[in-house]
Amino acid sequence: MNKEVKLLREDGLRLDGRRYDELRPIKIEAGVLNRADGSAYLEWGSNKVLAAIYGPRELHPRHMQNSMKAIVRCKYSMASFSVPDRKRPGPDRRSTEISKVIGEALESVIFTEQFPRTVVDVFIEVFQADAGTRVAGLTAASVALADAGVPMKALITACAAGKVEDTVVLDLGKLEDNAGQADLPMAIIPTTGEIVLMQMDGHLTPAEFRKARDMAVNACYQIYEMQKDALKRRYAAE
Amino acid sequence: MSEENVIAEIKRDYINNLIKRGKRIDGRKPDEIRDISITPNIIETAEGSTRVKLGGTELIAGIKIALGEPYPDSKDKGVMITTAELIPLASPDFESGPPRPRAIELARVVDRGIRESGAIDLKALKVPGSDKVFVVFIDIYPVDMDGNLFDAATIAVISALMNTRVPAAELTAGSETQMQDFQLPIKYYPISITGVKIGDTMVLDPTQEEEDIAGARLTVTTDVDGNIRAMQKGRIGRLSVEDIDYMVECSIEKGKEIRKLLMAEEKPSVPSQYPVL
Repeated sequence: MNKEVKLLREDGLRLDGRRYDELRPIKIEAGVLNRADGSAYLEWGSNKVLAAIYGPRELHPRHMQNSMKAIVRCKYSMASFSVPDRKRPGPDRRSTEISKVIGEALESVIFTEQFPRTVVDVFIEVFQADAGTRVAGLTAASVALADAGVPMKALITACAAGKVEDTVVLDLGKLEDNAGQADLPMAIIPTTGEIVLMQMDGHLTPAEFRKARDMAVNACYQIYEMQKDALKRRYAAE
Repeated sequence: MSEENVIAEIKRDYINNLIKRGKRIDGRKPDEIRDISITPNIIETAEGSTRVKLGGTELIAGIKIALGEPYPDSKDKGVMITTAELIPLASPDFESGPPRPRAIELARVVDRGIRESGAIDLKALKVPGSDKVFVVFIDIYPVDMDGNLFDAATIAVISALMNTRVPAAELTAGSETQMQDFQLPIKYYPISITGVKIGDTMVLDPTQEEEDIAGARLTVTTDVDGNIRAMQKGRIGRLSVEDIDYMVECSIEKGKEIRKLLMAEEKPSVPSQYPVL
């Protein structure tokens, strides 16, 4: 690491030329895989993520079944070549935790009680990583669930904000994430404004936290429009 | 789940009866291969990468290069390691967890084709004046499974190797022998062709449904000179000597066609359903 990475430029813009409250470019495509029941491909900055849904389907072994509702099982993982130094394939503590919080966020909007004894499998694979993979993965998975036709109360949208050089900024890039002072990934239900995922690490004053939170929530509404647009394109009449 | 899928009796009969008349469920002839789309350089974090679509099967191969130790019996050569992950995203038949025999077989058959053909010039991967060598990590990720992972993976891997830059400058920085980045040297272009036996007919490039009802499977990898570089018989079932001769012949002929696509400047590209991948 360099002695002092300069994250904000003289003109007040960020290293990649974004304003403090500007998102990286996002592209979402729904229904890209044949085998999966629902799928979505998402690019967010340099992140490249696929999400696939299988289910609701029968859950084995049977003792894992819940006779009252469907189980939501999420698996987030990163391809070995998705990061600069090759990652050993297979789960690690980080991806296990991310899978857990993403699965819980998604379960909060799925009508699980309609499908007792089943499982809804959510698979997220990161093929190219550039900070913010969990919010990218969750945003893609939500579109994939809708593509699969899984009954949901609403879509979920996720975005992160954070702090670099004592400035609260939206959607940290890789350099900002590595050298920044705080990261606050969040997911909301845009139709109600409720929060279904929130993690934070670093250092924020309560005032900075509120600013970062509002910034992330506002950005979620922009991304929500892109999610809906991807689904409309997928299901528009010819 | 096992490699065997449950398939409706009526569908099994339908596929079998079609093949008796030299036809297939998707309209192909028994020796016809599905459309191939090759998209190189799709992953910036990888040293080389390619996405291949073979009909409804889609797969990504990525290459990473690191500095490492040579094998004790070949200290002047670089190392290649091939891994395949049958991620559950790609098929309801794949489960997460440690690599199962099926994933290991796929990785090893692809590895053999590349290794035994001498595709990579491993001697060029020794760091001069040092005990270290470059290690080539080949990783295979199916993302949509509709049969015949072997051939899709071999095409993706050889294409990814062809567009691999060895980041030698960064990896040797600060050491005695500072090197420049260089293109991974590829000497041969092995191509595999896989067929399965359905009834009495060898059927090339099987779909998932065809694999589900097939007997024996045979993969034959050939090089540009028409020599055989790797083979693998798989699944429960029997092959005749004639079946095997036929598959060798097919592999040489079809291999030529696929090699042409691989070398073409303009890669055949089925309009992508989604932007970059």
